[in-house]
Amino acid sequence: MIREITIGQYYPADSVIHRLDPRTKLAGTLVFILSLFLFRSYAAYLVATVFLACVIRASKVPFRFMVRGMKAIVVLLMITVLFNMFLTPGEPLVKLWKLTITREGLELAIFMAIRLSYLIIGSSVMTLTTTPNQLTDGLEKGLRPLNKIHVPVHDVAMIMSIALRFIPILLEETDKIMKAQMARGADFESGGVVQKAKSMVPLLVPLFISAFRRANDLAMAMEARGYHGGEGRTKMRPLQYQKRDRIAYLTLVVYLLAMFAAKRIAGF
Amino acid sequence: MNIIQAKKLTHDYRKVGDDGETETSCRALDNVDLDVAPGQFIAILGHNGSGKSTLAKHLNAILTPTDGTVWVDGMDTRDAEKLNAIRQTAGMVFQNPDNQIIGTVVDEDVAFGPENMGIPTEEILERVENSLKTVGMWEYRDRSPNRLSGGQKQRVAIAGVMAMEPKCIVLDEPTAMLDPVGRREVIRAAQKLNREKQVTILLITHYMEEVTEADRVIVMDQGKILMQGTPREVFSRVEELKEHRLDVPQVTMLAHELRKSGLPVPEGVLTVQELAESLIAASRRAV
Repeated sequence: MIREITIGQYYPADSVIHRLDPRTKLAGTLVFILSLFLFRSYAAYLVATVFLACVIRASKVPFRFMVRGMKAIVVLLMITVLFNMFLTPGEPLVKLWKLTITREGLELAIFMAIRLSYLIIGSSVMTLTTTPNQLTDGLEKGLRPLNKIHVPVHDVAMIMSIALRFIPILLEETDKIMKAQMARGADFESGGVVQKAKSMVPLLVPLFISAFRRANDLAMAMEARGYHGGEGRTKMRPLQYQKRDRIAYLTLVVYLLAMFAAKRIAGF
Repeated sequence: MNIIQAKKLTHDYRKVGDDGETETSCRALDNVDLDVAPGQFIAILGHNGSGKSTLAKHLNAILTPTDGTVWVDGMDTRDAEKLNAIRQTAGMVFQNPDNQIIGTVVDEDVAFGPENMGIPTEEILERVENSLKTVGMWEYRDRSPNRLSGGQKQRVAIAGVMAMEPKCIVLDEPTAMLDPVGRREVIRAAQKLNREKQVTILLITHYMEEVTEADRVIVMDQGKILMQGTPREVFSRVEELKEHRLDVPQVTMLAHELRKSGLPVPEGVLTVQELAESLIAASRRAV
């Protein structure tokens, strides 16, 4: 059962968005999020909505998968909206007992709600259409310039991909240890928070020990296969920008111009 | 020239005591001499703690000798500059299949070695395809290794080493954590490599059944080579092996017992077929 957990939330499909270079998707997501914060106007958000809808359509991922990510931030969203609505000083609209809703507050709340939900949906589009491997590859290659200021980009990417590989293995191991402890009378279910936390100790200690042992083995196996860091390494599937990536970047520029124009010309 | 040569190889594991000063050392290998000619299939047998895994780690320069010398294809394993060349010459497959697979997809893992060597992209793809096909895992190339069986994972690990095109592959108890089916799969893959690609194989194991087809069997005990020879020669010395608490294949044992009780069966029988034939011959003579 625990084997079935997949990391990330990749939704396999054959679409233009899926086939884009991960760097393009990373850059696109970043630009989209920035644009939400830079152009604060209803007209601009209309442009963003149209853009997002088109991308979702092109990705062939069902819309409900995008909304799934929203569940996690519903509480955060509510708090932000309520605080902005009631606590922004300005021209009063409605008075409810001691709380006043101001015009400025309402506007800010709406903007915040749109920003936050678009931010989540926008990044969901990326994680749903990109495998974790492609993401780490994209990060490694996209951030390579940082190597010049001694940021160990390759090492970080390697650590990330090894972590991704070992998460299911360690989950399985946790399951095994839990069952072994339960067979000997351990109780992970009952008791308060403190009691529950305490009962985790006999689970975590063997898990950590085994993780260290695995790390040692893996390091030896990597060395035996000639791993010596990122220098002089080649790739089986090197990332290469295609024509579709150039088109995607152009689309992004057009999108930014549209946002800019919407804010300037419409003026609301 | 010998692909692997060890001369008076000695290795001590040092352990610093709790007070941080007293040093205890434990001799894992004691004056071991070993010559392996290219293309051979060598099996190394022994108990836990007999030094066989320590020996394996010397052949890939993961460990370096305390005393004595190891040459891999003429390169001294203590020569730090030759480290990469040595590791490309003598590949290594370890015991735990989970702890040696680096990639999150099967073909990415096989590509890991060649990528480290800086092989051009097209050639990596070619090598990955060849090695996965040799071990019969090509259909699984885009699967996650987590969903494979132990035997399949171990075959992926072998393909990963093969893709580096080493002259020699050391398998350190590759079957210890597998079920009988997985064990057979892995041994078959190793034999195929040896026969078809002329790769020198050093198989370290404690399953006697796996070594009957080897060119040479080396039995280790307490850091020393106890005996070596063809499987037939080694398994003819049943009593001596028993003294060192080492088993022989079941059929060899049966033949030995039959011989002791007076039947004209040769020593060192390795297969059921062989035993059956000699029993039939004996019964014909009796009639």
